[in-house]
Amino acid sequence: MKKHPPFSLERLWAILVKEFTQMRRDRLTFAMMLGIPLIQLMLFGYAINSDPRHLPAAVLLADDGPQGRTLLYALQNSTYFDFTRQVRTETEGHDLLARGQVQFVVNIPQNFSRDLLRGERPSVLIEADATDPAATGIALGSLGTLLNTALANDLKGPLAFLNATPGPVDLRVHALYNPEVVTQYNIVPGLMGVILTMTMVMITGLAITRERERGTMENLLAMPTRPAEVLIGKITPYIMIGYIQVAVILIAARVLFHVPMHGSIPLLLIVALVFIAANLAMGITFSTIAKNQLQAMQMTFFMFLPSMLLSGFMFPFRGMPHWAQWVGEVFPLTHFLRIVRGILLKGNGLPDVARELWPIALFAVIMMTLGIKRYRQTLD
Amino acid sequence: MADDLAIDVRGMTKRFGDRTVVNDIALQVRTGEIYGFLGPNGSGKTTFIRMLCGLLRADAGSGTCLGFDVINDSEDIKRNVGYMTQRFSFWEDLSISENLDFVARMYGVKNRVEAVRQSIERLGLAGRQKQLAGELSGGWKQRLALAACLIHQPKLLLLDEPTAGVDPKARRDFWEQIHTLAAEGLTFLITTHYMDEAERCHRLAYISYGNLLTHGTVDDVINHVHLTTWSVTGPDLIQLAEQLRKQPGVQLAVAFGNMLHVSGDDAAALEKAIAPFRKAPHEWQRIRSGLEDAFIHLMEHSKDNFSA
Repeated sequence: MKKHPPFSLERLWAILVKEFTQMRRDRLTFAMMLGIPLIQLMLFGYAINSDPRHLPAAVLLADDGPQGRTLLYALQNSTYFDFTRQVRTETEGHDLLARGQVQFVVNIPQNFSRDLLRGERPSVLIEADATDPAATGIALGSLGTLLNTALANDLKGPLAFLNATPGPVDLRVHALYNPEVVTQYNIVPGLMGVILTMTMVMITGLAITRERERGTMENLLAMPTRPAEVLIGKITPYIMIGYIQVAVILIAARVLFHVPMHGSIPLLLIVALVFIAANLAMGITFSTIAKNQLQAMQMTFFMFLPSMLLSGFMFPFRGMPHWAQWVGEVFPLTHFLRIVRGILLKGNGLPDVARELWPIALFAVIMMTLGIKRYRQTLD
Repeated sequence: MADDLAIDVRGMTKRFGDRTVVNDIALQVRTGEIYGFLGPNGSGKTTFIRMLCGLLRADAGSGTCLGFDVINDSEDIKRNVGYMTQRFSFWEDLSISENLDFVARMYGVKNRVEAVRQSIERLGLAGRQKQLAGELSGGWKQRLALAACLIHQPKLLLLDEPTAGVDPKARRDFWEQIHTLAAEGLTFLITTHYMDEAERCHRLAYISYGNLLTHGTVDDVINHVHLTTWSVTGPDLIQLAEQLRKQPGVQLAVAFGNMLHVSGDDAAALEKAIAPFRKAPHEWQRIRSGLEDAFIHLMEHSKDNFSA
């Protein structure tokens, strides 16, 4: 019996041509592939801020001396607090907090200035609505140093002794890679990974199920073709889409969000290929398991949510318990986020990148093998 | 002898779970023959065809298809067989020529561009080659599907209800083409529900609930059933049919236009049963059983025969 070659470039080419033609015809999906990164960039890039400022605050000012006022000005100038209300009683303040109309109530007691000058260490009470810790955390954290520097101007000459004495250690903090703590510098490169994960897994997830739903799978299977030809032929066009998305995000990062790009962009593009391949392989594997397009979509979201939440995109990776970190390490997105942030913000080179690259590559290989194994050549 | 058989299989069996969909079917189709494959919906026709071209793995069975082992050489069989699915299965978002081009590439057709051009021309699709397949009407879709199945010059065509939902004119054209191709040496296995199509086949097989009940030429099939048929004309045939059905010896009373066909496989019993009804205003006449009578009979009685 004549043996047939296990892989035919001609058939692969046939499938490529078909997929590209179909992709070109499917304008809506094509537009979505470009629209999704743009919309998400606008939403996340401009909307999300993990360092919230101008939080509404109420003040209960019972003191009529100058130091109380100085303190308020200092709080306002920190840009964390916007004093929108003045209240006369504590209950009034509590009501505002309960209704969510203010985030803080600053309570400066009677005789604050007098007691301060007397060296009696008067207290200032700040009550915060801490239901969302992220919203209040940074503002509250800034308070300690704020108080000392705010009053430094008033406490001069003979009053200088009231200034806080420097601690035994001179603490210096350098916030490396993102000294101004701009959220976008973190979010926008991260979005590259999130958007690629979502669109790549979904679009290929639909690839095989669509053929099955439209009844064309039977025709494809009746032809003398191999699983690898079909799968690779279906994946390749989307690699191109993935690169268009990467380009859109990189340009936006540069032009709109002024994200620093310290590392090598070509290196990033090469790494992105491995990441895209990993996601496409996962999508194609879903595609061979799901019975219809709806199931493929559900599987995509089943995968997408944990990888978004556990990868370190939304919440700090190191803040998670160890088991969750282990789960997170499985997702290609986790490693890609480290790579893309590393290359752009830290200027990481190949040796640093390689450490995060192999888990993605391993994931891609396992998924692709699974996909080819699962792909059935019969209708059984 | 074996060289003359395009399909020569025995014991073909397929089970889905504990349901046997195709049960021990043997089938021999000669090269250049148009073989009709009949049976009610869900009788296993499609499953049998899928096993022949390697789309389903047979649970049991052996034999050859175009000289290739039907179980192990599905790759070779696929290369030499054109399979037209029951439901239109080409890509609706590709144009006619793109669909043909894709198929030609997949089969590695030599002189592909020329082959596609010729195929479009032969089928009279020349003016519409840029049209998307999804925009075609049922008849044109069927023409396209046939063209695509032929492009790699297969030796055997498996057509699964190729004319379902196609108008009579297109059906006639289609059958004319089938006969021309068969004359050129192509072999056809065609499933159908239409009697006129069944009568256009060289030979037939009738399957029901996965069992092959009868096979042979049209006459063979009719003779095999041993049916005696009377036709009745006159008023109130529906009521008459209802009464007749209650009589022992009457197995079928089916309306054919203004006529009623009354059949049974025991001629004497049938004659006895209808005797009281043979009076005016009804006119009775003994006729030769047709293929349709035979098939309705097979359809209605196959289950009993095999559960007994």
